[in-house]
Amino acid sequence: MKKPLLQVQGLQKTFKLSAKQQKIEKTKSKECVAVNDLSFDAYEGEIFGLLGPNGAGKTTTLRMLATLIRPDAGDAVVSGFHIMTEPEEVRKRIGFLTSELKLEEFFTPNYLFDFFSDMHQVPVEIRNQRKKFLFEIFGIDKFAEVKVANLSTGMKQKASLAISLVHDPDIIIFDEPTNGLDVLTAKVVTDFLLQLKKQGKTVLVSTHIFSLIEKVCDRVGVIIKGRMVACDTLEAICDGIPLEDRFFLLYSQALGATETL
Amino acid sequence: MKNNTIFTIMKKELARFFGDSRMVMTTILLPGVLIFVLYTLMGSAMKEQFMSETFEPKCYFINLPVEWKAPLTKQGFRIHEEKAEDGQIRRSKQKVQDQKFELLVIFPENFLEDTKNYKLTSGAKAPQVQIYYNSASTDSVNAYDAMTAYLDTYEASLANQFDINGDTNGAYDLATEEDTTAKVFSSMVPFLLLIFLYSGCIAVAPESIAGEKERGTVAALLITPAKRSHIALGKIAALSIIAVLSGASSALGTLLSVPKLMAGEESGIDQAVYTIGDYGLLAMVILSTALILVTLISLISAFARSIKEAQTYVTPLMILVMLVGVTAMFGDGAKTSLGYYCIPLYNSVQSMVGIFSFQATRIQILITILVNIVATGIGSVILAKMFDSEYIMFHK
Repeated sequence: MKKPLLQVQGLQKTFKLSAKQQKIEKTKSKECVAVNDLSFDAYEGEIFGLLGPNGAGKTTTLRMLATLIRPDAGDAVVSGFHIMTEPEEVRKRIGFLTSELKLEEFFTPNYLFDFFSDMHQVPVEIRNQRKKFLFEIFGIDKFAEVKVANLSTGMKQKASLAISLVHDPDIIIFDEPTNGLDVLTAKVVTDFLLQLKKQGKTVLVSTHIFSLIEKVCDRVGVIIKGRMVACDTLEAICDGIPLEDRFFLLYSQALGATETL
Repeated sequence: MKNNTIFTIMKKELARFFGDSRMVMTTILLPGVLIFVLYTLMGSAMKEQFMSETFEPKCYFINLPVEWKAPLTKQGFRIHEEKAEDGQIRRSKQKVQDQKFELLVIFPENFLEDTKNYKLTSGAKAPQVQIYYNSASTDSVNAYDAMTAYLDTYEASLANQFDINGDTNGAYDLATEEDTTAKVFSSMVPFLLLIFLYSGCIAVAPESIAGEKERGTVAALLITPAKRSHIALGKIAALSIIAVLSGASSALGTLLSVPKLMAGEESGIDQAVYTIGDYGLLAMVILSTALILVTLISLISAFARSIKEAQTYVTPLMILVMLVGVTAMFGDGAKTSLGYYCIPLYNSVQSMVGIFSFQATRIQILITILVNIVATGIGSVILAKMFDSEYIMFHK
């Protein structure tokens, strides 16, 4: 039995709604529950996929795990450290990639790699080895000295990927890793996810793309309206029908359930 | 090793600034050069207005006493003597009106004789000199003033009972060069330095803090294990260095050009009266002031959601800084009560006034610097808390 590197227990997050937003959503409630009592485990050497439509609470969950925002209730243990009480230890052990984490446009990928290595206090020799390795895999060496401002979307995403891994984290959290990428770049990324898994890393991926889940994930959690409606291995979730069909089934069940609530 | 991340952040902030040659130009080089050029030009323009070297007014004279021809020519008057005919007078007036000539001066006949014999007690009308001029022309007005002054001197010499400071070789102003310089510098320079420092801070701090929030790069920093306090301190330190450089450039421009602005050596202003020690104290006060200004602007910037918003929010601070700076111009020198040196910003102005007027004591300067450093420390703790607050960092 593999040991769980990431244990999420009863995570909850609500956001305040503005008066205008209350009118739009036709609700009198001043709060919107983004993540509601979410629990799951991710094991060493597996790729765990969070599947859900836009606004389901995937990104909020990942941001809580990355200690950027604090949950209102619940906790998560990352590599043995609690996100609530030991955020700095957690940050040492995770790599986080999301579209809202931007690279400073003024600098080059090379400079930023060194900068974030220093922030993680990575020794210089190890940093240089890692840089050589990661820049080669993603083909960043060709534009290592070009300012981020002048890079294409794909190049930026590759640079962000490499930079999120400067400290060789145990757990890697990717929010929509292939969003906005062309098929070639997306393939480089998915291949790399599998390579990370081979190295024994735990990868947590959020996406709404079924094919990505089918291709790389060992286990899947389906989130709808902030709740985990199903969480199991890919085979168990699909149970003989394609993932896409299963998802729509789960979705209509979940909506039916909330409507009767 | 523990403080490594402070230096890493500092290095990045400085690399960001110094890697951008346009920013270096506009924040550090230009202010000093512009101030120097501007003040120097203003100084020489003022000088020129007071004593124009090419003051040669063309003037018509009627019945000009022969004895006065040489001294007036020496003063620069270009004399055109005319006959006392109505037609000639009319033509001359027209020339003055057309600004072709500066003056028309009509003396009565036998002017010198008559004035010498005139007795006030006689009750008769005194001899009259008529000077026609054109107030629309600066040259004409200047010539009018010069002519009147010449006549006044003559009038005074007729009944010379006593003189005031009549000895042209006597130095009556007993103020030393130090006093004069102290007075001018202690009233003007603290205000200017504070404003320059402020504008140096405002050029970089909102960009570095609100800008990172706006562009979403701050999240990338916050996801690293670096302590929030280290991020705050690293930024404050780097921004203060830049603000000091910018302030120093402006200050250098000012210090070098103030004597020129005050029209040079005659005014007795010379920044050489200050010793290296004075400048050393000044540098320390400025540095601690930069720290506190950067901290204040950083706090405001961290609260703002964009650079634009930050620049709006700092306006009240700017007014406050201006008001505090202005206190240097009024009030009689530096305050002696140590309590005043515990108020951030005000203490900086008071210390600078003290240094420039040779009244500053070590304890005053020490308190100022300590208070500013402690206030910066408190500010950076608050800034670190703000970096940790998801509401402040991520609320849109």
